[in-house]
Amino acid sequence: MSTRIPMVDPDRDPQDPLWESSGDGEGAIELREAVGKSQGQIVRERFLRHRGAMTALVVLIAVIVLGFSSVGFWFVPGWWEWAPGERPDPELHGYRVFNEGGAPTITMPWSEEGFGIGPHPFGQDDIGRDMFSMVMRGIQTSIIVVVIIGVVATLLGVLVGAIAGFFRGAADQVLMRITDLVITLPTIALGAVLGAIFGAADPVPLALAIGAITWTGLSRLVRAEFLSLREREFVDAARVAGASNLRIIFKHMLPNAMGVIIVSVTLTMSSAILLETSLSYLGFGITLPNVSLGLLISEYETAFATRPWLFWWPGLFIVLIALTVNFIGDGLRDAFDPRQRRIPSVRKLAAADRRLERARANQTGARQ
Amino acid sequence: MLQFIVRRVLMGALILLLSSFLCFLMVDVAVDPLEDLYTSTDPDAATLIQERIEQLNLDRSSVERYFMWAGAFITGDPGTSWLTGRPVAEELRGAVIGTVQLVTAATFLSIFLGIGVGIVSALRQYSGFDYLVVFFSFVLYSLPVFWVAVLLKQWGAIGFNDFLADPFLSPITIIVVALVAGVLISLAIAGPPRRRVISILGGAVAVGAMLFYLQGTGWWNEPHIGPELLLLNGLAAGFGITLLSTGLEHRRALYSSLTVVGLTLVLYFPVNMLFDYLDGAQLTGWPIIVALGVVTVASGVLVGRLFGGPDWSQSARTAGIVAAIMGAMVLLDRIMQFWPSYNANSRISGRPIRTFQERTPGFEGNFWEVTLNTFGHLILPTLALMLISFATYTRFSRGSMLEVMNQDYMRTARAKGLGERTVIMRHGFRNTLIPLATIVPVDIITLLGGALITERIFARPGMGTMFLNNLEENVMEPVMAYLVIVAALAILANIVADLLYAALDPRIRVSA
Repeated sequence: MSTRIPMVDPDRDPQDPLWESSGDGEGAIELREAVGKSQGQIVRERFLRHRGAMTALVVLIAVIVLGFSSVGFWFVPGWWEWAPGERPDPELHGYRVFNEGGAPTITMPWSEEGFGIGPHPFGQDDIGRDMFSMVMRGIQTSIIVVVIIGVVATLLGVLVGAIAGFFRGAADQVLMRITDLVITLPTIALGAVLGAIFGAADPVPLALAIGAITWTGLSRLVRAEFLSLREREFVDAARVAGASNLRIIFKHMLPNAMGVIIVSVTLTMSSAILLETSLSYLGFGITLPNVSLGLLISEYETAFATRPWLFWWPGLFIVLIALTVNFIGDGLRDAFDPRQRRIPSVRKLAAADRRLERARANQTGARQ
Repeated sequence: MLQFIVRRVLMGALILLLSSFLCFLMVDVAVDPLEDLYTSTDPDAATLIQERIEQLNLDRSSVERYFMWAGAFITGDPGTSWLTGRPVAEELRGAVIGTVQLVTAATFLSIFLGIGVGIVSALRQYSGFDYLVVFFSFVLYSLPVFWVAVLLKQWGAIGFNDFLADPFLSPITIIVVALVAGVLISLAIAGPPRRRVISILGGAVAVGAMLFYLQGTGWWNEPHIGPELLLLNGLAAGFGITLLSTGLEHRRALYSSLTVVGLTLVLYFPVNMLFDYLDGAQLTGWPIIVALGVVTVASGVLVGRLFGGPDWSQSARTAGIVAAIMGAMVLLDRIMQFWPSYNANSRISGRPIRTFQERTPGFEGNFWEVTLNTFGHLILPTLALMLISFATYTRFSRGSMLEVMNQDYMRTARAKGLGERTVIMRHGFRNTLIPLATIVPVDIITLLGGALITERIFARPGMGTMFLNNLEENVMEPVMAYLVIVAALAILANIVADLLYAALDPRIRVSA
């Protein structure tokens, strides 16, 4: 695409429907969108306009808030009545299992009772433990694991990629061969071996270990980006001005590679959720007494025929978290991609045409 | 070129050596062969521990043990399991076959379906169909395999088997299914409102009629293709393939594919008699079927060649593809003929879709029934594996096709007056496949990782099960064998991907 300097005619009113069709040619709409805005502003606006990503962001935040506030986290108590793994005491609460078989007490707005959550909205398991609190604890574990994986993978990936791409030569060869070394194995197999070493009730060591094997994709992307960025004029200019290598990397090149990094990290995190839950399911991840969504599914898999809710809720939340993170990643990619254009639908084009016709008719009418 | 290959292979071997060393150290930490003895209450525990330390050389350093293991592995001895006393090589043989079966079927199916759906979706960018495909590929991408597999076990196996026990669909179900199918078809076809209505109605009527036909003829319990459906499907395949590959105006191609369809119908009964004879002589087997398949495709090509013309190669190609489809349908029909006897087998007793292992223990039958048994075991794990890989291919081929559609050569092709079919199939589709060639080998490695989970859930004996079980039971050798084999495959896959890329795209030069 040619980079033209926007020639904005001050006399022309952008609200005027004739403005778009008055001869700026291809790219005029994008230029108008970008006039007087920084790159960050453009990206932010594009992201905020992305309906799918925004919905996903709201849902994800809601899930995180629900997960962390309900059963409490660290020393902060939660508002939910039951702690994870707790079960009603027949003497104190008057029942062991609320509904027959421990069925969920949540009722939907269209049912006879109307909407209500009851004492055990997600049901109870065979010995009466409250499922809601366990699922919430599982969400906490998964989110913590994913965030740690994201941080570790980003740091390692950016570091390796940036050094390899900036210095090239021997450093590049060595680092990329190390990347090849890690990439040769399916992450789930490596994760299982690491899980056998680090996997236990505490999610942090496991997350650190998994983070140490999921940075490879990011490092390759960052390296490619740096290889092309270092040939650009602004890098030469910085070097001529006497900037040190560190300054060039952090001040000049890294901000320009931010789009690639953010998108790739989001997608790494969404696959990390599935990796952690899979490992916990297989028995190589989080173990009791801690709770993970994957662990819950593996615990209650056999109960599917009799108590399906024990299986449904944890799975539903895994899908929900992974899906929303994926959607956010997609929205970010669209926002960072300068080639992306919003293409109006046929109906919108027809409406715009009609508006234009009417405006023309008015103008000619006014002149006569 | 040769230099490139030699260099990459040497580099790969070096990486493999290093990666096996690192894996060995990690697995050595992960497994503890003495675990069961430490917790045992046996009064002789101390002597047993001493014995096992000697047996496994645990008193040596792990580096020393690595070189002992690597030396043996390179000379073709992957070791022996201390737990069962079985040589790992023996265990591997069965496991590799199981995994290859699973991964092959899933790979081919997801490539075909994924590319097809992705390309149609790209051609209808920003339409309802496109949004639907993108959304569902996201959902599939976010599904945990183990969760889907449990759902498939519940609905796919138990639900479908229950349905087969009493196959009845109420007319309302059929109408709803038909309407949904019609809407989906119309979304994929798109076009002006009139055409949309026609395609909704047409699709709904076709699907509804098919479902009523299946129900009315008791097809569910006696599935068959038979001459009449063979003719119908054959005509559809003949016209469809010709339309896609050369366009209907290419008369010779159309006639050659229709001739192939006619020939298949004529040969249907003789081929079945041949199979009856082979069954009687107990000769039926995959070698013969593959040979027959080759003959079928070759005769299709020959038909195209005989129709002649200046561009006979196009007719030959079209007729060859149609012949392959027709051959597959005759084979499928043959397998289906044995469905009732398979279903009635005392080991199956009306539960044809199986969820455990790779064959029913104690099942006996002729070649076709055994094949059905294998398929019955293969179908659910394959589906579970396919879902994720399908989403990857859909997204990738959609993106790739969109990229290609914006290229200048597409505009040139349209500008010089080529038909839309030629532009899309010859200029667009072929260029879309180039970048795909690089992700297929890499995706197969991902599938191997997915197979780890599916094999565990469906209790299929395979490499993944072998890996997980031995990791749990603290047996090192099979775990290492798995890791080394998968790493070797991955390295090989990456070299193949680079070579394929260079071979398909002349702009890329290999010089690494």
